[in-house]
Amino acid sequence: MGLLEGKRLLITGVLTDRSIAFSAAKLAQEEGAQVVLSSFGRQSKITTTIAKRLPQPAPVVELDVTNEEDLAALPERVREHVDGLDGVLHSIGFAPKTAMGGNFLHTEWSDVATAVQVSAYSLKSLAVAALPLMGSGGSLVGLTFDARVAWPVYDWMGVAKAAFESTARYLARDLGPQGVRVNVVSAGPLRTTAATSIPGFETLEGTWSERSPLGWDVNDASTAGRACVALLSDWFPATTGEMIHVDGGFHAMGS
Amino acid sequence: MASEQEILSGLAEIINEETGLPTDSVELDKSFTEDLDIDSLSMMTIVVNAEEKFSVRIPDEDVKNLKTVGDAVSYIAQAQG
Repeated sequence: MGLLEGKRLLITGVLTDRSIAFSAAKLAQEEGAQVVLSSFGRQSKITTTIAKRLPQPAPVVELDVTNEEDLAALPERVREHVDGLDGVLHSIGFAPKTAMGGNFLHTEWSDVATAVQVSAYSLKSLAVAALPLMGSGGSLVGLTFDARVAWPVYDWMGVAKAAFESTARYLARDLGPQGVRVNVVSAGPLRTTAATSIPGFETLEGTWSERSPLGWDVNDASTAGRACVALLSDWFPATTGEMIHVDGGFHAMGS
Repeated sequence: MASEQEILSGLAEIINEETGLPTDSVELDKSFTEDLDIDSLSMMTIVVNAEEKFSVRIPDEDVKNLKTVGDAVSYIAQAQG
């Protein structure tokens, strides 16, 4: 029996088959879950094509996390495919080009606001939208890039991720009484489409592999995908508000 | 395995579907960005559909090197070979 047998999941953020979310969706299906994907606007066409590369075809529902109508319609759209949700993967982030790549001192507030709204506030929006579908034992999982420290080039996306991590802790506080867990996976640098669109991404990769006691493969998103699946399963029943590092051990080393 | 001419016409159909550009405007020497005015999201859609149509994989790092329609046709032909 698979780790997610009988679980119904909403997985956001599948863009290509290199997406962390794709890896999580694939592994989740292999572990017995029913998966519904979400995408929005012009990206939906790509997600719909990529969904066919999963072990089982997965439906794609429209969800722009900044659009109130989409958020309100989410339960109805998801119910067309499954009768409820046991887990949700938040894999959504965006920052305008001016907010990353070394322009930290000169980024306008409007661009910072976009990054924070899409990348951090959206965790709250998604949680509230999905809550009517979730019961006790539900799990919300998000993806971050350890925002406790400053990184080269990550700039305002790093600030947005700090807000995201904090949002996860507050959601853990407010959803805990309903039996819903909220945790984030802090993956090391992975060459996904989102990551490689960061100007100067290679400076983030830096010496990650050498410094990590377990080593690190920037091309293997399944490491993060597996952690997401574990957190979506029943095997972390008393864990919430937590950040799990999936980074080869990089975060624990001094140099 | 498709000939380069077949790849070109298949690619032209995909580009037409994504952008509405007439298929006969998709010529080997045309640049995706400068001549055909295709943005990065459309390019990604075109790549994903081309992967499906021609049963090849085009990694992101290679997409960056596909400046013209001819580059893409040659890449797909080579990947199929």
